[in-house]
Amino acid sequence: MFDAREKMLKEIMALDFMAIELNLYLNTHPCDQKALMIFVNTAQRARLLRDNYENMYGPLTAGASNSFPWPWIESPWPWEA
Amino acid sequence: MWVYEKKLEYPVKIKNCNPKLAKYVITQYGGPDGELAASIRYLSQRFSMPTEVAKATLNDIGTEELAHLEIVGSIVYQLTKGVPAKILEKEGLGGYFADHDRAVYPVNASGVPFTAAYIASKGDPIADLVEDLAAEQKARATYENLINMTDDPDVIDPLRFLREREVVHFQRFGEALRIVQEKLNERPFYIKKPEYAEVSPAANVSPAANKSPAANVSPAFQKK
Repeated sequence: MFDAREKMLKEIMALDFMAIELNLYLNTHPCDQKALMIFVNTAQRARLLRDNYENMYGPLTAGASNSFPWPWIESPWPWEA
Repeated sequence: MWVYEKKLEYPVKIKNCNPKLAKYVITQYGGPDGELAASIRYLSQRFSMPTEVAKATLNDIGTEELAHLEIVGSIVYQLTKGVPAKILEKEGLGGYFADHDRAVYPVNASGVPFTAAYIASKGDPIADLVEDLAAEQKARATYENLINMTDDPDVIDPLRFLREREVVHFQRFGEALRIVQEKLNERPFYIKKPEYAEVSPAANVSPAANKSPAANVSPAFQKK
């Protein structure tokens, strides 16, 4: 059903979403050590997976563009299913 | 500032066009309780917040709302992509098509364009945070209305995600409000009232210390 790129992107999206959720929670619970540990771990896993993805499929942010020709403009854009 | 990431916060992949549904969903793009209003509301209010928790909460939820704006825009785009003008007209999008073709433009479900009157930024932290709690509930109710109007699982799935986020944001705003109230209710005295003051109430104790905490009153008001 999904190609490999899409599958990997979805894994990154899931990890990034966990980080967003924990970020909001930690804003109002800054002394919750367990949540902080999960956040640090999640953010790290997301970073590693993102690096792999960008090496294989191209940049997720303009700042991660490092090949010729300028790869940032390549489709698909997120709203194009 | 912000950095764009080439991905949605939650995936949108709609197989079947449905312009009639798009006409309703677009209210969460440019309607009174939509994501555009939400992001501008929170990102504007954060400047005048008195606590670190409230600043961070409004900043980060305001940022997440921008990602939700993108999700709703993607739903509208995919629901109307390639639909012939005649069908758009038949499904109630004739006026919209005349002005905007199939472009995504911020309007409510009745076609009224977005207005800044949809947002509130009062400069009073209690007024603003209570406004935000209501805004999250109104957005949740709108998503429930939209979910009740569709049978398409491809559309219901992201709408359910967005609805759940309103519930979480409501919770976080409630916590931020409680922390702001605690700060405003603090008494500006750093020693306990000494025992002997109980005997002689006036001695060494400022009259303000005997007042009940100024519940929910902003610091500026207390100064007057």
